[in-house]
This record gives sequence, C-alpha cells and structure tokens, in this order.
Amino acid sequence: MKARIFVTLKGGVLDPQGKAIHHALEGLGFGGVNDVRAGKLIELDLADGTSDEDIDAMCRKLLANTVIENYRIEKVA
Amino acid sequence: MKSAVIVFPGSNCDRDLAVAFEAATGVKPAMIWHRDTYLPADIDLIGVPGGFSYGDYLRSGAMAARSPVMQAVAQAASRGAFVLGVCNGFQVLTESGLLPGALLRNAGGHFVCRDVPLKVENAQSAFTSRYAAGETIHYPVAHHDGNYFADDATLDRLEGEGRVALRYAENINGSARNIAGILNETGNVLGMMPHPERVIEPAHGSTDGKRLFDGLVEGLMARA
Repeated sequence: MKARIFVTLKGGVLDPQGKAIHHALEGLGFGGVNDVRAGKLIELDLADGTSDEDIDAMCRKLLANTVIENYRIEKVA
Repeated sequence: MKSAVIVFPGSNCDRDLAVAFEAATGVKPAMIWHRDTYLPADIDLIGVPGGFSYGDYLRSGAMAARSPVMQAVAQAASRGAFVLGVCNGFQVLTESGLLPGALLRNAGGHFVCRDVPLKVENAQSAFTSRYAAGETIHYPVAHHDGNYFADDATLDRLEGEGRVALRYAENINGSARNIAGILNETGNVLGMMPHPERVIEPAHGSTDGKRLFDGLVEGLMARA
C-alpha cells in the first residue's frame, strides 16, 4: 500500500521559494501567473493494513509542522 | 556546575558553544551525541548548538527534534535546567515543542551572515540579567531559516508575558515583530537565532555575548 502526503504552507505563511519560482517563470516570459506556492510530496510505501490513524500520526508528529503547514493524505492502491 | 552540549550529525557550532560554556563555568561541558538517551544527572545547563543538523532534511531542526536525546533535554528542561538553543538549536527547540512558533525561510530568500544590532527586551531572565532592558548589543547571525513565525495570539502572549528576550533592531529576515529570541513560560529555555558564543573574547571583535553566559552562571550560583 502506498500513501502520498502533500505538505503545503498554510495560507498567510510567506513562501520565498514560491516567490522565486514565480519570478523565474516571469523571467522565462510566462505571463498570467498570479501566484506560486511550493510544497512537498512525500511518498510512503506502507505495510498492508497500516491504519489511517497511524498515517495521520506520522503527518502530525514529523512529516508536517502544523504550526506552519497543512497536509493532505492520498492513499494509492 | 554541570553543563552539556548536544551534538547532532551536522552540528557545526557545538565546539564554539562548549568553549563559551567552559569559559563561563570553569568546567568542560559533556558533549552528548544525539543517540544518547540520557544526560549527566542533575545537569544545570544544556546547549543546543547551531549548524545544519541532518542536513536540514525535511525542515530545519525537524529530524534533530525527534532524536532520542531530545526527550532527555525536555525532561531536564521541565526540571528547571537552563537550555540555550542557538540558530539551528532554536529551530530544534521550536520543532520539539519546547518553544512556540516556527522558523521559516528568510523573507528575502537570502542566507544572512553578518553582525546585527539587537535590542534587549527582557533583562529579567537568567540569560539576559547582565544586560540592561532596552540596551542595544551586537551578535553575528548566519542563517537561512531565521524568519520567526507564530500566530497573532501566540505573539501577543509572548509579548504580554515578557517572553521576547531579544529583538532585531532592523528587519533582517522577516521575523514577526522582529523577534530574535524567545523564552519558554518558566524562563529557563531560550531560543535565539544570533550567536552569542561567537562574541565572547576581545579577539572576536566584541564581547557582547560573554555577558549572556556569565549571567547564566550567576543565575545557577544563585540557585545553589
């Protein structure tokens, strides 16, 4: 079983990396990009039967810092 | 007086902090590896040093905060031992929950490495007792992730409880309310981005940081 964890900065938390990417896109001549926010994708290869509670605990205890980040869990068959 | 400096893989200010501890206490600190699960009994003072623990993987300080030794640090802190986290050490203390908030990438996106003026906000803590409230001092900074962040309620609480120990006298990294260093609720844990251990001898160009360590020792002597 695999799970994908998407970790993103909360709204209102400054994202200098996103800003730099945005700037670089504009430098390449791409107009119409209103904003860029960068995040992380963490793929977990899990033993079958790993509980949702455990995956959630992994996110809360380590993978995301919930002071500044949100996370979303996507289970992949 | 027993002191210790925690050493993570990737720490690079551990020996500087040890020199500062030894100069102030007169005793060599124990160097404690991150896999150790206990600290010397009745430890008085613990340093969590700067550097790039675990290569800043995941988030600065995130892996170090979950390493075995940090449980021992948390226990010692709850007993009242003084804990000083500098730079990466501050990041480790916020990641481990010993201090509130988080340290984000510098607002300007750049690594900032220079001397900065700091305003001493709270001169009542053991860490700052040798300074005067409102005094401007200079410590060097060298960090990429020093942009202090906390929600408004947390910031208001920190300010209201006098837990902002040091503030940048100029905005160098985007930190909320220019916060450079904060105390825990009981005043025995201080996390700060600037490096006091780099300004303790005349040969360093300044001795502004020496008073922090001397004040700590004075605080410990007063307890004994």
